[in-house]
Amino acid sequence: MMAIEQIPGIPQNLDYIRILPELVLSIFGIIVMVVDPLVDEEKSQKTLGIIGFVGALAALASTWYMAHQPWGLAFSNTIRVDGFSIFFNYLIIAIAAVVILSSFEYMAVQKIRAGEYYALILFSAVGMSLMASAVELVLIFIGIEISSISTYILAGFRRNEAASSESSLKYFLLGSFATAFFLYGVALMFGATGSTNIDTIGQKLQSGEVGPLVFTAMALMFVGLGFKVAVAPFHVWTPDVYEGAPAPVVGFMSTAPKAAAFAVLLRVVFAINAPGRFWFLWVAAALSMTLGNVGALVQTNVKRLLAYSSIAHAGYCLVAFAMTSQETTSTGISAAMFYTASYAAMNVGAFAVVSHLANAGERYVSLEDYEGLGRTSPLLAATLTVFLLSLIGIPMTGGFFAKFYVFSAALKANLIWLTIIGVLNSAIGAYYYLRIIVVMYMREARKEVPVSPVSFGLGLALVISIVATLYLGILPNSVLQVAQHSAQELIPAAPAHAGVAQNPRPAGDLRP
Amino acid sequence: MNFLDQNILTLVTFAPLAGALLLVLLPRRDRDIRIFSFVVSLLAFGLALHLPVHFHRDYPLHLQANQSPFQFEFNKQWISTPNIHYHMGIDGLSMWLVVLTTFLTPLCVLISWKPVHDRVKEFFILLLIMETALIGVFTSLDLFLFYFFWEATLIPMALLIGVFGHERKVYAAVKFFMYTMIASVFMLAAILWLYAHTGTFDFVEIRDLIAKGDVSNFPAASLWLFLGFFIAFAVKVPLFPFHTWLPDAHVEAPTAGSVLLAGVLLKMGTYGMLRFNLGLFPEQSRHNAPWIVTLALIGIIYGALVAMVQPNMKKLIAYSSVSHLGFVVLGIFSFTQSGINGAVFVMLAHGISTGGLFMLAGILHERRHTYEISEFGGLASPMPVYATSYLIVLLASVGLPLLNGFVGEFLVLNGAFQARPIYGILGATGVIWSACYLLWMFQRVFYGKVTHAVNNSLSDMLGFEKAAVWPCAVAALVMGVAPILWLGAIDPAVQATLNSLPQMVSKVVGQ
Repeated sequence: MMAIEQIPGIPQNLDYIRILPELVLSIFGIIVMVVDPLVDEEKSQKTLGIIGFVGALAALASTWYMAHQPWGLAFSNTIRVDGFSIFFNYLIIAIAAVVILSSFEYMAVQKIRAGEYYALILFSAVGMSLMASAVELVLIFIGIEISSISTYILAGFRRNEAASSESSLKYFLLGSFATAFFLYGVALMFGATGSTNIDTIGQKLQSGEVGPLVFTAMALMFVGLGFKVAVAPFHVWTPDVYEGAPAPVVGFMSTAPKAAAFAVLLRVVFAINAPGRFWFLWVAAALSMTLGNVGALVQTNVKRLLAYSSIAHAGYCLVAFAMTSQETTSTGISAAMFYTASYAAMNVGAFAVVSHLANAGERYVSLEDYEGLGRTSPLLAATLTVFLLSLIGIPMTGGFFAKFYVFSAALKANLIWLTIIGVLNSAIGAYYYLRIIVVMYMREARKEVPVSPVSFGLGLALVISIVATLYLGILPNSVLQVAQHSAQELIPAAPAHAGVAQNPRPAGDLRP
Repeated sequence: MNFLDQNILTLVTFAPLAGALLLVLLPRRDRDIRIFSFVVSLLAFGLALHLPVHFHRDYPLHLQANQSPFQFEFNKQWISTPNIHYHMGIDGLSMWLVVLTTFLTPLCVLISWKPVHDRVKEFFILLLIMETALIGVFTSLDLFLFYFFWEATLIPMALLIGVFGHERKVYAAVKFFMYTMIASVFMLAAILWLYAHTGTFDFVEIRDLIAKGDVSNFPAASLWLFLGFFIAFAVKVPLFPFHTWLPDAHVEAPTAGSVLLAGVLLKMGTYGMLRFNLGLFPEQSRHNAPWIVTLALIGIIYGALVAMVQPNMKKLIAYSSVSHLGFVVLGIFSFTQSGINGAVFVMLAHGISTGGLFMLAGILHERRHTYEISEFGGLASPMPVYATSYLIVLLASVGLPLLNGFVGEFLVLNGAFQARPIYGILGATGVIWSACYLLWMFQRVFYGKVTHAVNNSLSDMLGFEKAAVWPCAVAALVMGVAPILWLGAIDPAVQATLNSLPQMVSKVVGQ
């Protein structure tokens, strides 16, 4: 099927198809920017939002189209379309779409001029889906930068609030520092192996001996990525940044960039078969689970609480990375993929509710503002309860199977202690999520907290997240199978089969 | 197998849930909601009666090789990775617990008829969801499914306590939730280990694999696995010293919550011990029996002594549960036919008598808004019907012959005595203690002169209250007079369980 000779440097049609979602997102992002000055300020909110949403839908459609075209490498082996990247493309773009939906009302209530807000979400998604499909460290770096710079700006979007500017600045300073670490790691890796291509590096490491330079490079890259997914000990920025940033943006940046960074981490860890990773991942997983949960116990601000919870969840997900043997890796990868998906569903939903309740100026984000919510707005309280139960990991919700797959993968790999730490942590975690439920249902409101009716866009966003959460909890099979398939694809790319030295993936590798 | 036999368990289990979902759509007219919930729960009871009627009593003793000892089975794959099956089935151990659950729920609806007047819809939705989860615990034969229902009981119960309870409801609800949640996490870890080493969650398959010695690393891990399951169950029972959540939960819970909590929820723990600890880890069960029995005996005596000094009626009944459930654990870990038969029977008897006592306490609370025993006295003259009903149910709990408490406790003590005389002797003191604290309480509340003038004007039992309590009294009597109706199904199942245990001491004694 792919008879055309690939001439290095000259992109073919197929090359463009393989970055079609990114192209579509960029085009719509630009359209938003162009239309922005043309519509008057009153209407800009809706118009721009709808353009952004349509853009996300178009990108989903183009991902679907891309998935039905031949898979393989593109742009001189820097991009690879495979089940893995398609999975994350779907996930990231879907998150962007739902976040755009839940932002309509928020932006209107906060009286923020939409402007480039929706464009930035789309651009950020471009960077993230590049991260998911790139197999070239330099391109991964570019993807990280595209997505990060957009999120830095998004974090500061409540311009008049000091907290928001603080959040943005903190995120920017620490974030660029972390990306620098990553870049430095890439440079050292190039020094050690003479390549920045993940497949080539993997083969080199497999055949040659692994020197101290490789370990240093690996460690530096882990630091950079660890920052992006907010695992301990690189998590310190999270609570402050999440507290200050606009609530829908937090919903976005606690899920989508994390998913993308996890995708990169999965590729780096398993496709490169990173040496010396085991204890690093073990410690990082155990630390973030513990610090995240313990930190969340004492929070009274719901956004901060969810920030700590997101650190903990990154820790659970990382448990799935600590696989070493060949048989267990695929279970680990699929568990991690499932985890990111279900975490995205429940967390985007939870933040959508939080952003609705926050009201103008985000005045109502402390725990006591949620008192009596079960009586004043039962439907909203019930919705949030579902998300919280899923975050606890109660059966029937996606959060349960996510934890379940991760821990059973860990047990399969005989990581008994890590499992015990994780399981104990999820018990601790139950306490603070439960506290929100308790406050909503078992206390009476002590002060007047206005709750406006839910708008159509937000309602749709909530319905999508709740359906996704329950679907993953009742029929997890379909998603898991996709994850397992792509996990299988990711591993053979690892240099276990040294026979396919020069051409690791045949270009016309069709979907099953 | 015909259609009904195959699907009856699914129907019984999910009928209340379906009712709860319909209830969500119903408009907030309290009366309609109450009637609807009552009809749904009665329907579930009617469906559940299909089980004992069509149950083959001597079935497990005439099994072919590879034939499942369970009846009304339904087994279908639910999720392929991990390999989870929707596997339902019952035997003599679980059948009566299903019936008990469906029997108590309509009574709970009745007893909540008047007392619950705020957020009525939410209350009955939670009650019905609770019923589904409870039945599911007893009917599921897939470890995953079991865990699923096990955890699912937690949320409605915590909300029932926390939203509809009394003064310190939030504290009690959170304590209840955290205790049982943390404990069941250990069970989850054990289940995951079993899955990782057998590739299945199916109870029957895992049991056979373990029995054949086909599970790698099993001897080394079996103690931890046993303990993982045991801790989850011990907290639920609650076995001394894991019982501290129980008095709080009971005192703060609304009446219907207490009834289901004492009547059924605690039995999840003892049922779990019987089904999973004994079924999957027979060797470990034997090894660990001495200290477990010791804890059970401590629970029997300690629970009784603490009950005696309670000034609060509901707390007194709560501690009596600790004592009675100690009998169940004692019976199970005596490893005798008689002891385990008795344990299952005590589970049912306790469910009915203690359920009844909580309803009666609730009736009093509804009139005086207090559970303090010192607030009452001489109630027999203003409330004669109430006093008589109370006495019958209370005597059932004490263990008067011809009422249901006696049969179970007798069998348990008989079994305990066979296992080791000292167990029987110490356990028997529990019967004496229970007579002391319950009768003393009865005397203080009902006899003598009316000490508080306000009590003179208390109205006697209302129609719906009679409708809720009397079935308990009747059931207590019938179970006491004709226990064979129940034991006929229990006995073969117990024998089948015992046959799987290595080196049985006494297989046929107690018949």
